[in-house]
Amino acid sequence: MCSESCGCSSDIVGIIEKYDSDKRNLIPLLHELQDELGYISPEVMETIAEKLGTTVGQVHGVATFYTLFYTKPRGKNIVRMCNSTACHIEGGRKIREAVSAALGIAPGETTQDGGFTLEVVSCMGLCGVAPAIMVNDDVYGNLTPEMVPNILGKYREAS
Amino acid sequence: MAFYRAHILVDTGTPAVLKGAMGMKSALVDEIKKRGLDKEIKVVETGDLGLHGVGLALIVYPEGVIYANITAQDVPEIVEEHLLKGRQVKRLVYTGPSSAVVDGAAKPRSREMRVILEHIGVIDPTSIDEYIAHGGYEAIAKALTQMTPEDVVAEVKASQLKGRGGAGFPTGLKWEFTAKADGENKAVVCNADEGEPGNFKDRLIMEGDPHQIIEGMIIAGYAVGAHEGYIYIRGEYHQSVSHTEKAIADAREAGLLGKDILGSGFDFDITIFKGAGAYICGEETALLESLEGRRGESRMKPPFPPTSGLMAAPTVINNVETLASVPRIIDRGADWYAGIGTEKSKGTKIFSPCGDVLYPGVYEVPFGVTLRDIIYNMAGGIKGGKRFKACLMGGPSGVLVGEDALDRRLCAEDLAPGAGALIVLDEDKCIVDLMQNCAEFFHHESCGQCVPCREGTKRILEVLNWWTTGAGSEDDLRLLEALGETMSLTSKCGLGQFAAVAFKSSLPLFRDEYLAHVKDKVCPAGVCAMDKVLEEVK
Repeated sequence: MCSESCGCSSDIVGIIEKYDSDKRNLIPLLHELQDELGYISPEVMETIAEKLGTTVGQVHGVATFYTLFYTKPRGKNIVRMCNSTACHIEGGRKIREAVSAALGIAPGETTQDGGFTLEVVSCMGLCGVAPAIMVNDDVYGNLTPEMVPNILGKYREAS
Repeated sequence: MAFYRAHILVDTGTPAVLKGAMGMKSALVDEIKKRGLDKEIKVVETGDLGLHGVGLALIVYPEGVIYANITAQDVPEIVEEHLLKGRQVKRLVYTGPSSAVVDGAAKPRSREMRVILEHIGVIDPTSIDEYIAHGGYEAIAKALTQMTPEDVVAEVKASQLKGRGGAGFPTGLKWEFTAKADGENKAVVCNADEGEPGNFKDRLIMEGDPHQIIEGMIIAGYAVGAHEGYIYIRGEYHQSVSHTEKAIADAREAGLLGKDILGSGFDFDITIFKGAGAYICGEETALLESLEGRRGESRMKPPFPPTSGLMAAPTVINNVETLASVPRIIDRGADWYAGIGTEKSKGTKIFSPCGDVLYPGVYEVPFGVTLRDIIYNMAGGIKGGKRFKACLMGGPSGVLVGEDALDRRLCAEDLAPGAGALIVLDEDKCIVDLMQNCAEFFHHESCGQCVPCREGTKRILEVLNWWTTGAGSEDDLRLLEALGETMSLTSKCGLGQFAAVAFKSSLPLFRDEYLAHVKDKVCPAGVCAMDKVLEEVK
């Protein structure tokens, strides 16, 4: 079990202790630890592996399989741009170009100040309001490229 | 329960919340209070009303009047005119076709028939009392007290309900296999990993009426002898998770989940499992792998889940819409249900037209309505008065149909609807560009486990990247057809098997358009940048 010497904060220990060592808890644990820490570091993977009695390879394999898990630090705000078929035919590409231009980064990158990470995702189930993006947990639909700078500006000010 | 003379339902679905629905709602509550009406009028947050593209919307009951495109500034006028003086604010009344209207002033002019979506926009999805007041949990009482598990299976079989996740396997048969399979710790899994582009019906059910899924699962558990239930919800659906969590907690509190449900001696409980962003987990065996804490890589079939599923125990896996249909079938009887729809497709189906239609949203209809009926009579036709070009049925893993399919009937004997997405393209859209997008989707979502899919999805994307940038050749058409055939025959699961189906179905319909791209290096619709070289596929 995670000891004080491993350097985990007490929050982390608290989260890990809530779960028993059933291997089925891997994905819920990754969700909760990432919510707390922002990403899953190699050290956290080791702690999880120890807790669940599995290998670090197994934990790494799962953490890198799913697109909602991150193994590197991310920006303060996550911008998810939808590339679903519905968003695509409603002009999603122009929206993605506008977001990239406004932030000065390509998908998969993080701004130098650590303010934003940009991602392209497959579908967010927001096809009724296509084209759509999500900033953190906030949804923006029926977008035009002109709307993009204002939306991102709100988050820039907040951070 | 207190008596209110009017109820106002505010659409607080995910799309509405970030258009400012919560601000509008609090303005409404304040205004009602200011006018001293708070003892008479109740404001209720409801799930997604299925009205998209009309701004913020609310419904005033008992009249059933829908107001659309409203802002916080309109609130005082609505309260003063409608609620105080009883006069509708005509300029804000929504008159378009609607999936939200149940009765009252604005009767739907379409052939919509609400069975599964009956409560959406009518009840507060976070209130178990309202669900019960509308006949909720009566089916579970009936099943547990008046029916044996065998009766329940027989009833569902007689209803001829088929799976609504796209594959259309008979639900009763699946339950029967699971009920008869030997094994401890049987489980019921609700597949709520809705990830196919164009589909958003399951989200609407979870956000707007989560209790009926729970009720359907308890009935399934009773029928097959399972005591554990899991709802696998895609990680991106925050409100679906929160509404379903609340519903489970309330059902537990009310003694409808847990030990000895309604004194019947039957135990059943449900756990929510949040997915983490993998389309492949919509495939049932990949979903099980994920539930067991592993990468979502599909399993070899057979054995099928009814024999060996979650932790090798017999398992029923049903789609959200399928399970949500079950309480009505038990309640009103298999004969009633089997009387709706067509010979081979019984009951109702939820469709989600989107893309170039005027009113994207969800519409529930009996099987057998035509594609034209949904696109033109319900979804308002093509945006901007343009001409219909094509429709991708069910999403990227479905077939593409052209104008000659508009009068085909949506049912198993004619045009199979898949999971219900109808991605509509107008005359200005390019089919090759559409296929390139579908190829990107499958390339990104292939789990990489089996070679035909991992390599095939990559090569398809590569070829479509050539075509959409002026680098293709006519030989590629045959190459891609052959590759698609190989993938259908040899991929381990549905993802790879269906990845080239849309392309294959589109080729005879739009051969000229493909030839223009590969031979003449021209995109007739002017969508593809034919001189732009794309980066190599990684």
